[in-house]
Amino acid sequence: MAEHYLRAWLLTDTPTSRRHAKMSALYQGWLSFRSNTMAMIGLIILLLLVLIAAAAPLISPHDPFVQDLGNRLAPLGTPGHIFGTDSLGRDILSRLIYGARITLYIVALVALIAPVVGLLVGTVSGYVGGWVDVVLMRITDIFLAFPRLVLALAFVAALGAGIENAVLAISLTAWPPYARIARAETLTIRSSDYISAIQLQGAGALRIITKHIWPLCISSLIVRVTLDMAGIILAAAGLGFLGLGAQPPSPEWGAMISEGRRFILDHWWVATMPGLAIFTVSLAFNLLGDGLRDVLDPKAGE
Amino acid sequence: MALTDNNTERRPRGPLFPQWIKTTAMTLSSIAVTLLGLLFITFIIGRVMPIDPVLAIVGERASQSTYDAVYLELGLDKPLIVQFLYYIWDVIHLDFGISLLNARPVAEDIARVFPATLELATLGIIIGIVLGVPLGVLAAVRKGSWIDQVARVLALVGYSMPIFWLGLMGLLVFYGILGWVGGPGRVGIFYVDVVPSVTGLILVDAALDGNWDVFKDAFSHIILPASLLGYFSLAYISRMTRSFMLEQLSAEYVTTARVKGMSEWDVVWKHAFKNIRVQLITVIALSYANLLEGSVLTEIIFSWPGIGSYITTALLSADMNAVLGGTVVVGLIFILLNIFSDLLYKVFDPRAK
Repeated sequence: MAEHYLRAWLLTDTPTSRRHAKMSALYQGWLSFRSNTMAMIGLIILLLLVLIAAAAPLISPHDPFVQDLGNRLAPLGTPGHIFGTDSLGRDILSRLIYGARITLYIVALVALIAPVVGLLVGTVSGYVGGWVDVVLMRITDIFLAFPRLVLALAFVAALGAGIENAVLAISLTAWPPYARIARAETLTIRSSDYISAIQLQGAGALRIITKHIWPLCISSLIVRVTLDMAGIILAAAGLGFLGLGAQPPSPEWGAMISEGRRFILDHWWVATMPGLAIFTVSLAFNLLGDGLRDVLDPKAGE
Repeated sequence: MALTDNNTERRPRGPLFPQWIKTTAMTLSSIAVTLLGLLFITFIIGRVMPIDPVLAIVGERASQSTYDAVYLELGLDKPLIVQFLYYIWDVIHLDFGISLLNARPVAEDIARVFPATLELATLGIIIGIVLGVPLGVLAAVRKGSWIDQVARVLALVGYSMPIFWLGLMGLLVFYGILGWVGGPGRVGIFYVDVVPSVTGLILVDAALDGNWDVFKDAFSHIILPASLLGYFSLAYISRMTRSFMLEQLSAEYVTTARVKGMSEWDVVWKHAFKNIRVQLITVIALSYANLLEGSVLTEIIFSWPGIGSYITTALLSADMNAVLGGTVVVGLIFILLNIFSDLLYKVFDPRAK
């Protein structure tokens, strides 16, 4: 019964408070999102990934770093090592499970840094206008015109290999599209009446940008971030594969592929399993992103 | 252009400069600023790196006087802005410095490896266009049918797949297990340097030389990496083609043509497709630029001696001149292709005005 009331409360077309309206909008978004099977599959895969990463010590059958040279390159389905072992006899499944932590760590950091930088640059550029706009957008264009992977390579080369530097390099190449989006949104919002109303009430630029423009840019940024996640995972894996991201013995998936590459013809599973993991996760992000776009930004859909 | 002329005629007095001069000046200056930005970024990267450029040249055991001499020679005593101007001057003269690995000019090395990348990326984009455009058109015409679904899944998988991993799997299956294609490298070991290098593109060189054995061998080596790159551009090209076509097919002139009783083939190819050509070329130019980048990881997997392999090898041995030289060249081509596609759009699509 209570559930029934809650549903009716959420689906009302006469909300009684601001929070009520917000909850109701969220719930309706969720309903339309839920009907998108592919997006739900993506969401479930990602939730599983988070669970696996959180519970890594509990569920992984072996220590991901312990070597067992007597048992190296064991094939798929070996008792105790379902996904086999790598060239140092480490359990591949356990390494994949711990690798999920690294993947999530990289994704989370980039997803925090790049959109925030983009949001700052874009909204300031759009709101202030004039030469500030010209300069900021020129800088954005320059970064946008760069080949991303090559730029990230050059950055990592200068900063030194490692996860944090890889994150920094990827973020440095990932922020420009967010700045473009945020600027476009700001330009449309800036000329609306309610902004003029707040200006007349004496609100300063800082207050208007942070309290009234940012919240409205968030939804299109979230969609873009989710769609970009797959690219970020692939870029991080690529850097790891080149030996410029996470360093051994860290069980980063890209680095694991690079290691398995040497035995690809005779021991194919060593490189195949981490590749499947990367593929699954980035596919999940793409599915989720498509679904979110349909819910949050119906105009952009085909 | 015709549109602009009409506009100026209507005014009592024309502006000081015709519109096209203004547009050209704007475009040129924006190209210049972007290129300067590119050089500035590579310059900064070269400065913040933890490697001492002098030590890298003279070695650890050089005397202080040698060190000082090289320090002055590199212009490191000058202010940063002067160093930057020197750097621009050098790059304009195609001087990227000396590679620390083999003591040869970086520009020469790049000129030597670049044709390999060009050959790979060009064959890749051809595969991507030949398969991707018809697939996109079909997917739009038969929207919602199985072919649309197939195109959708192909694209989704393409967006989600690590290119280097797919390359490894391709090698495993088509080279290791089936033996259908040649392995890593550009040609088999028996055919290395058999044909004289004229263009640097092995397929072209072999054909010019009339040496079809080499051609066949080179083809069996290039087909797998090129198909791989082709697949990734196909994913993008087919999606874009589909959405362009959908937009055209819902337009009124298409309905009119159909009502007139025009055959579906003519409606699709003679009317709708004709109108998306400019957009399509823009997309193709962009994905060609992306292929140059995607070839970095592909080249590693296939031991392809192109610019991607060159940059990464240099990276791992801290040969900064080579890394930055390679970055500038790839960035330059990338930017020029971007600008080209932009211009094309502006010149040929009247709506962009």
